Amino acid sequence: MTAISCKELCKTFHQGDASITGLDHVSINIESGEFVCLSGPSGSGKTTLLNAMGGLDTPDSGEITVGGKRVDTLSKAELAEMRLHNIGFVFQAYNLVPVLSASENIEFVMQVQGVAKKERAQRVLETLEEVALSGMGERLPSQLSGGQQQRVAVARAIACNPELVLADEPTANLDSKTADQLMELFQQLNQKREVTFVIATHDQRVMAHCKRLVRLEDGKIVSDELQ
Amino acid sequence: MHYTVIFTLAWRNLWRNYRRTLIMLVAIVLGVWAMIFMTAMMRGMVDDVIESGIRNLPGHAQAFHPAFRDDPNIENSIAELNPQQIEQLNQPAILAWAMRLKVPAAISSEREVRGIQLFAVQPGKEAAIAFDTSQITAGRWLESEHDKGIIIGAKLAERLETRLGKRVVLMSQDVNNEIAERGFRIVGIYKSRDVALMEELSVYAGLATIQTLLKAHGAISQLALEGSDYRHSEPLMAALQQTDLATMDNVELRPWNEIDSYLGTMLGVMDGFVFIWILVIFLALSFGLVNTLVMAVFERVREIGLMQALGMQSRLILWQIVCEAFLLLLLGLLFGNVLALLSIIPFTSGIDISGVAQGMEMMGANSVLYPALYVKDLITANLVVIILGLLASLLPAWRAASYDPIVALNKT
Repeated sequence: MTAISCKELCKTFHQGDASITGLDHVSINIESGEFVCLSGPSGSGKTTLLNAMGGLDTPDSGEITVGGKRVDTLSKAELAEMRLHNIGFVFQAYNLVPVLSASENIEFVMQVQGVAKKERAQRVLETLEEVALSGMGERLPSQLSGGQQQRVAVARAIACNPELVLADEPTANLDSKTADQLMELFQQLNQKREVTFVIATHDQRVMAHCKRLVRLEDGKIVSDELQ
Repeated sequence: MHYTVIFTLAWRNLWRNYRRTLIMLVAIVLGVWAMIFMTAMMRGMVDDVIESGIRNLPGHAQAFHPAFRDDPNIENSIAELNPQQIEQLNQPAILAWAMRLKVPAAISSEREVRGIQLFAVQPGKEAAIAFDTSQITAGRWLESEHDKGIIIGAKLAERLETRLGKRVVLMSQDVNNEIAERGFRIVGIYKSRDVALMEELSVYAGLATIQTLLKAHGAISQLALEGSDYRHSEPLMAALQQTDLATMDNVELRPWNEIDSYLGTMLGVMDGFVFIWILVIFLALSFGLVNTLVMAVFERVREIGLMQALGMQSRLILWQIVCEAFLLLLLGLLFGNVLALLSIIPFTSGIDISGVAQGMEMMGANSVLYPALYVKDLITANLVVIILGLLASLLPAWRAASYDPIVALNKT
């Protein structure tokens, strides 16, 4: 089953008089359960493509289908609803809510979804264990290391059982050991939960973990190969 | 479920920059205190002026001849109440009543002559409704309607160069337009606690004595009536409509605020003034509140972008900021109300403002100020702060809710 389908996506950014091509007729299909890496140098369009897949940004033209549903035609509120229920996000700079503890950060999306308290608590415990942070649920983000914070972000992304996890440069602020541990965690979750992972990165270590490597340059896909 | 997460985020974010929150909280507390405390002081002052005016009127309502207000002389009088009419006044809405004759007169001592207002009264009833007998500083109050003595003010005694126990002559016109005069002994001297001018103008004598002098047997100028609350004279007026007085051609029934429209207007003006006062203080507060929230939003742009990226709807972001403002306002109101009550309670027995009260006495205000805290003022102040405060918070909240998640997430 196709998890994501992009057809002829185009996106141009305007900065003053200058126009920058973000996506130039990009077409790609990602099947459910795949572990895909979008790579390329800075400005190649990998984050733009990832944002378009996640409904955070809308393309100027082209079609995006996520889980069989057209995304590019949805309203702002419908996109938010889709992100809430279908997609888990992991960002580069950990991006946790600083006033919430690790458990509360994981619980946050489920709370907005309206999941019952008992079920939320159960899932938080399970997810913390899954990301090897048992016993650290009460800590605030400021009391956790960078790697631990990123694990909490991963736990938040998977706690509500999304079909798709989109990660934008998840290892950029991590040392190599922690980055490897994080990638192993991603792989485990991909295999165990059959969640589709799409990771935008220019980190060679991350690319080495991915089964499918899609290279972008100047907003175009220049290669798409299985490793 | 959403409300729990919104409340948690709002509460914790509030204390994230606790210094800023505390400064804003102090500003709200002081603002609310100023609204309530100063309103109570102003109300107390105005109430005093009105109550003093009503005492001199006197009563919460009156019955008089239709031409009496334009030409208050002996010709424009009404008949004394008969036993049946007196019985009709026996109603719960009518707490007290008094008949009185009010005529212009001249009073002369052996040295001076002055123009005065002569009040021929039923001493017991007059004392219950208008004249505070504790104002008598020398001598006594009238003993009966047939009392042969008179009561004058200390100021008038000074002007006439007379004193307690001396005889003076009262002169006025009788019902036949003839000059009527008689000698009276000063049996009491009073010092007015209300309008100082009254002390120089108002002279009191027995009703029957003056009726005889003016050949006005059975005639009165006014029937003064008192209800339970001067602010609501409707029940009193409704009770009077059930009496014979309402159907008599030569009797006009009026509530106090129509008899003295200046006093009546003061009450309405005061309501408006209190509202404006509360609004002005709030306006000053709202700048601080909006600034605090704008800063709080500005500091959390990335976080707001993150929440939007994770799927939180814009309206929930908006509610979160509004909830933050609500909690801040609620705390401010709580402490502000407590502080205001704590500052008013010690002054319930009055604040001596005699040092600055000379001007106020001219207006009929007392030299002791009694703060008057009205529930409606308390409710107005609280509602203005909470409703307008929440409206003011909509601006920063709307700004936060309309961020583009991508732009917000990339904000450094």
